[in-house]
Amino acid sequence: MSDEYNQKNTPIKAQSSEITSSSSGSSKDIDYVRPAELPEQDLYHGHSFITKWIFCQDAKVIGVQYFLTAVFTGIVGLVLSWLMRLQLGFPELVPFITAEHYYQFVTMHGMIMVVYFLTALFLGGFGNYLIPLMVGARDMVFPYVNMVSFWMFFIAVCVLMASFFVPGGPTGAGWTLYPPQAILPGTPGSNMGIILMLVSLSLFVIGFTMGGLNYLITILQARTRGMTLMRMPLTIWGIFTATALAMLAFPALLVSCIMMTLDKMLGTSFFMPTIVQAGEVLSYGGGSPVLFQHLFWFFGHPEVYIVALPAFGIVSDLISVHARKNIFGYRMMVWAIVGIGALSFFVWAHHMYVSGMNPWFGFFFATTTLIIAVPTALKVYNWIITLFRANIRMNTVMLFCLGFIVTFVNGGITGIFLGNVAVDIPLSDTYFVIAHFHMVMGIAPLMVIMGAVYHWFPLVTGRMLSEKLGKWHFWFTFLGAYSIYFPMHYLGFIGVPRRYFEMYDSPYVTSAIGMNEFITVAALIVGFSQLIFIYNIVVSLSIGKPAGKNPWKANSLEWLTPEVPPAHGNWGEKLPVIHRWPYDFNVPGAKEDYITQTTPPSEVISAEVEKT
Amino acid sequence: MHAGIIFLGVIVGSVLFHIFTPWWWTDIASNWGAMDDTINLTFWIGGGVFILVCLFMVYCILKYSYKEGRMVEYKPEDHKLEKILTIATTIGVIALLAPGLIVYNNYINTPKNALHVEVNAWQWGWQYRLPGEDGILGTAHVAKISDDNPYGMNLDDPNGKDDILIQDDVLHLKTNRPVKILLRSLDVLHNFYVPQFRAKMDAIPGIITYYWFEPNKLGEYEVLCAEYCGVGHYAMRAKVIVQSEGNYDNWIKEQETFSDLIVKQNNDKLKSIIVAKNNN
Repeated sequence: MSDEYNQKNTPIKAQSSEITSSSSGSSKDIDYVRPAELPEQDLYHGHSFITKWIFCQDAKVIGVQYFLTAVFTGIVGLVLSWLMRLQLGFPELVPFITAEHYYQFVTMHGMIMVVYFLTALFLGGFGNYLIPLMVGARDMVFPYVNMVSFWMFFIAVCVLMASFFVPGGPTGAGWTLYPPQAILPGTPGSNMGIILMLVSLSLFVIGFTMGGLNYLITILQARTRGMTLMRMPLTIWGIFTATALAMLAFPALLVSCIMMTLDKMLGTSFFMPTIVQAGEVLSYGGGSPVLFQHLFWFFGHPEVYIVALPAFGIVSDLISVHARKNIFGYRMMVWAIVGIGALSFFVWAHHMYVSGMNPWFGFFFATTTLIIAVPTALKVYNWIITLFRANIRMNTVMLFCLGFIVTFVNGGITGIFLGNVAVDIPLSDTYFVIAHFHMVMGIAPLMVIMGAVYHWFPLVTGRMLSEKLGKWHFWFTFLGAYSIYFPMHYLGFIGVPRRYFEMYDSPYVTSAIGMNEFITVAALIVGFSQLIFIYNIVVSLSIGKPAGKNPWKANSLEWLTPEVPPAHGNWGEKLPVIHRWPYDFNVPGAKEDYITQTTPPSEVISAEVEKT
Repeated sequence: MHAGIIFLGVIVGSVLFHIFTPWWWTDIASNWGAMDDTINLTFWIGGGVFILVCLFMVYCILKYSYKEGRMVEYKPEDHKLEKILTIATTIGVIALLAPGLIVYNNYINTPKNALHVEVNAWQWGWQYRLPGEDGILGTAHVAKISDDNPYGMNLDDPNGKDDILIQDDVLHLKTNRPVKILLRSLDVLHNFYVPQFRAKMDAIPGIITYYWFEPNKLGEYEVLCAEYCGVGHYAMRAKVIVQSEGNYDNWIKEQETFSDLIVKQNNDKLKSIIVAKNNN
């Protein structure tokens, strides 16, 4: 293959979408953008410290608040994972970890990472910061509700953390909280622990619904002139679709939380059949534990994509900017995001192949699950095709994107194992599952989050992060995480079951003791290497290189604010007007290797833009 | 440049890990070899795609790393390429799914000659029940469970009288005879899982679930609970012994039936009454 390629198909000359006559008109005509349909929104400007920084209505501040709170929970989750790994790798080393503790760590780690860390970080953090900036709005459409959304989340986190300190400790029911065990005495934290968990989740859903409505309506209603849906950055498409999923999926979680709280506190039997425990017949009867699983996974599977879709969107934008090339197949990428989102509501029971549901469901859910692999694979192809014949900056951001591709493809392919019902049967509830979901929805989205932090830190703070530290951070994180989870698949092949506090001297694990020790050491290294990241952020805040405007030479709107970091209201006097999509990199005939979304066609008359 | 080499190292390392790994499937001891075949098929196709995608990525970052003024291709879409990729992926997915569904169809359709075995699970232990000479398990319900009736058997059901009760966590099975495992739970979810048999299914309080397999290799196997069931989950082990037909028949003759249990209990009661009377 060579760098030369055919440029024969002469592209259409630059023009805005409304003009169909000809591109030879006067510069005024080709720059025409439809006038705004609605008057501008008035914003409440905070005056005191409290209204500016605490009970703040500015989506950017709320985004940072979400981000910091989520990162705090993430650090708690990380420490819990160390404790679990210590028990698994070196059981004699930490005698204070009992089986009760271990299961509490497992549960809290899972729930924190999935809901309070990843979901809140992507949608609450990046969503709040980026949506108004990227669509050219002054703020979210309901700034007050947006503020309440964060504080509901904050209270939910407080309630969750409080459960560490109640009698009996936090719930140890596993993050899936399957009844009947979640609310029966055989499980740690089956009194206050589980109740606080259910209350916290309910609060989270309520708060998140407020935020989510804001994201959806802002994207649908508050886009600036010229920002058509098909000119939105993929980041926005990812966040938009994920939020729509959240709005439809979280009610199922709320319902199951409420019903389980009633089962626990009032003795109803939504999920509780007749049960004999310790020789006594309990007062429950007639409920169905499988019903809970259906409700939980009706939420739980879209939840996977609530995390994944924003990551897909963000990584597309990061790759495009730093490869200096348009994202390949933008329209297909958009439809893939929407399609994956829609399909994600029809695959939930692939988590339940061995749950005792009607076995005929297996055929349906295996088929839908493997269908979803097609748009997902297409997205992967488009990312790597974008790298082909590009001009790739090998900076920290790009490294994290590449790390994402490797881990996501790895985890995606193991998903095909687990989605295919006959293959899932021997593998379900083994370490293969742990390896799969950590690779695909743990490490892969984390790679994107970290890449995104390196990418947008200059916008948020006005200073660059250190590239040198960033690269060390990347290699420790990527290589370390890969060596945790890649070998773990093989534990699953042996048949080692998950959620085992100890294996004793089972024949399956005697050969794997060394591997368990290795994984634990790797997990500790990866965890501690995050200190490089935190150090980088703290130090760069004060002595980082000043970023100036648009340091990455990106096209999308968030980099084009009059002030950096953007001020409240984002755009100064006049809202920006959009003339093109955000991916016009290295357009033939253009002077620079990028054309921002606000550049009118008349300024780049010689550029042979193919689409707008 | 360095980054590309390290990424290449990760791919090569993964392949080497696979070649030299001492960790792989346990030797299969049931009829579900077809499951292993589907897994291997998925493994090779999936692994191949993983390596190809990563190698292409490495090629791109080695070849097109940043150079001022490099010619960059400007081609937002390529319908032909996109169509080819869509069709190829769809074909690949069908090739993986179809055999899986065929195997699954066998998995959920139990052969007629399968021996029924009821597995009772509770926090945290196992016991078993086999049908007697009539080949039919009597009905039972957890609410009927008591010290005298540890399986909650329906006393009015004549089918239950000759049921064989194994109040122990060691289950014996006959080699080369399909077994239908009927799962009951007294309290929470459990899962009767022997890695060498490949098959598994949750036990759920309130309903009876099932799966089947045909043990085809003599030996002793460890049973693991494969659905989290509370703090004793990891300790919920049991044993399956697969025997030849002769040994199995000898073993089963020694086991107690439900009628034996009732007779024994009545004798015990009678004895205690007599003892009580004598003491008077």
